Amino acid sequence: MSSGSEIARAETAGAEIGILEAVPSGPPAPAILQEPGTLAAFWRRLRARRSAVAGLVIVGLLVLMAALAPWVAPYDPTATDWGNVRGAPSLAHPFGGDEVGRDVLSRIIFGARASLGAGLVSVALAVSLGLPLGMLAGYAGGWIDGAISRLTDALLAIPFLILAIALAAFLGPSLVNAMIAIGLSATSIFIRLTRAQVRAVAAEEFVEAARAMGNPPWRIARVHILPNIVPAILVQATLTIAAAIIAEASLSFLGLGQQPPEPSWGAMLNTAKNFMDEAPWMAIWPGLSIFLAVLAFNLFGDGLRDALDPRQRT
Amino acid sequence: MLQFLVRRLALAVPTLILASMIIFALQQLLPGDVATALTGEERDPQVIAFIREKYHLDEPLPVRYAYWAGGVLRGDLGESIRLQKPVSELIVEKLPVTLELACLAMLVALAIGVPMGVLSAVKRGQAADTIANGIALWGLSVPNFWLGILLILLFSVELGWLPASGYVSPFESLSENLAAMVMPAFVLGNAIAAVMMRHTRAAMLGVLGSDYVRTARAKGVSPLRVTLRHALPNAAIPIITLGALEFGQLLSGAVLTEQVFSVPGFGKLMVDAVFNRDFATVQGVVICTAATYIALNLAADLLSAAVNPKLRRA
Repeated sequence: MSSGSEIARAETAGAEIGILEAVPSGPPAPAILQEPGTLAAFWRRLRARRSAVAGLVIVGLLVLMAALAPWVAPYDPTATDWGNVRGAPSLAHPFGGDEVGRDVLSRIIFGARASLGAGLVSVALAVSLGLPLGMLAGYAGGWIDGAISRLTDALLAIPFLILAIALAAFLGPSLVNAMIAIGLSATSIFIRLTRAQVRAVAAEEFVEAARAMGNPPWRIARVHILPNIVPAILVQATLTIAAAIIAEASLSFLGLGQQPPEPSWGAMLNTAKNFMDEAPWMAIWPGLSIFLAVLAFNLFGDGLRDALDPRQRT
Repeated sequence: MLQFLVRRLALAVPTLILASMIIFALQQLLPGDVATALTGEERDPQVIAFIREKYHLDEPLPVRYAYWAGGVLRGDLGESIRLQKPVSELIVEKLPVTLELACLAMLVALAIGVPMGVLSAVKRGQAADTIANGIALWGLSVPNFWLGILLILLFSVELGWLPASGYVSPFESLSENLAAMVMPAFVLGNAIAAVMMRHTRAAMLGVLGSDYVRTARAKGVSPLRVTLRHALPNAAIPIITLGALEFGQLLSGAVLTEQVFSVPGFGKLMVDAVFNRDFATVQGVVICTAATYIALNLAADLLSAAVNPKLRRA
């Protein structure tokens, strides 16, 4: 330690007790999301991408549909109607009826809750586990980094969906367990990404300067590094929601997710498979819904990536 | 090169060991007593006692892991409780079916993805590029089990051209085997084709911008020849190595594809085992998948290093 950093440490100590509150303790982080000017520029770039806007609009509509399901759906999604068993689409039931006469449209609307909920919850779980672990690995280095990185390698060696199926199998079939299984399976993606991002940012000069001024590591991590890795995490999270929605549908399709009679798009497809000759509409709508939701998150994620990092644009 | 090989192996072995620990530890997730859970429907105290003895369930976890890992090293993956057969025997029986499916799917992915990627790189920013990107986005967003159901609806139910399910060994009848495999292979290859298209496009854009390609163009070499003889071979290396890494996704996808088309492979074995609460088989399938993935990863690294000496020092 040079004597210069001793002085700097004294200064930041002052900042902590409020004396130097207004004086920044190091060069400001060039974070995209911190500066209002760049945030406006980001919105401009995002709005210029029609596909990203389309993705965002579809996501918004689906979220609205899921939130307002009880008011939007024409029927109770679990109510059976013997007059509508495998009923063809009609004015009363625009998407037709399923094998016990439930209204397919109402089940699609309520099914959005399982799909979007699983996508959001599992990715939130993956980020809340992966981000701290990745920051720890990237910033602490040494044996901590080694241990976390080997664990990540091992988790990544098991393909995403296979790990999710295995986890769901051992946890037992339910929507909540499917969310946990998908979230845990996706955690390694965020550990690896955060670690790489942290190492790249930590090598920057402003972090070096902040360190030279004697900021404690946790403060550097929170104030100088975290804001700079948020964009990359945000993009990955959006794209992972798309993957998580497919994963939830896959687990439900296999019978490991949402349990009947509660509606889920994946589970609806599983039943529809048995009635393909008599009631093809049972297979069309749930699949189309999954496709639309996944496409919307993919479009939005791609647009977000391009808008946040113009250098990566291809 | 030998040194590189040793160094990579030194990384792969701990990864595999750690992955096996994770897979073994899955057992701990079973709700309640492990012995009771492993016996499934059986509630005979004698059977439970036998299981407890056989799997050393009274020993602490690390000791049990040692027993299990020792068995795995000797090729003993345990016994399938439901089928009364060694797990390794079941895997050896089912693996060729999935390998055939995976190879055919990879063929589909390469046949669609590579030409599309080359075309979109050469016609960058033009209509062909937009269309190719649109197709890739479709491939990434469509759930493959739904695509399978749609194809069955069209080609089996409506047109009656292809069988909806039923696997025939290629040694019995090659034509019937291919007829049964063409839809599953297309469904599975579809998503990988999208990924291959994006890899190919990125690799080709990198190569097409390099000096030697410009020189070739300046010499008056025809555009087609520049693309196919000068650029593509150099872009092929990252395509091949990244392609090897897509194998994990291929195995994940196979689980669902085999379920939709009732193909009696690796994935079907896993799903059936999940529902029979046949946990030894689930663990066996997952560890084989992880081992295959790590081996392919290693092969991809070695291939890159063999072609590009600069990487050997990394």
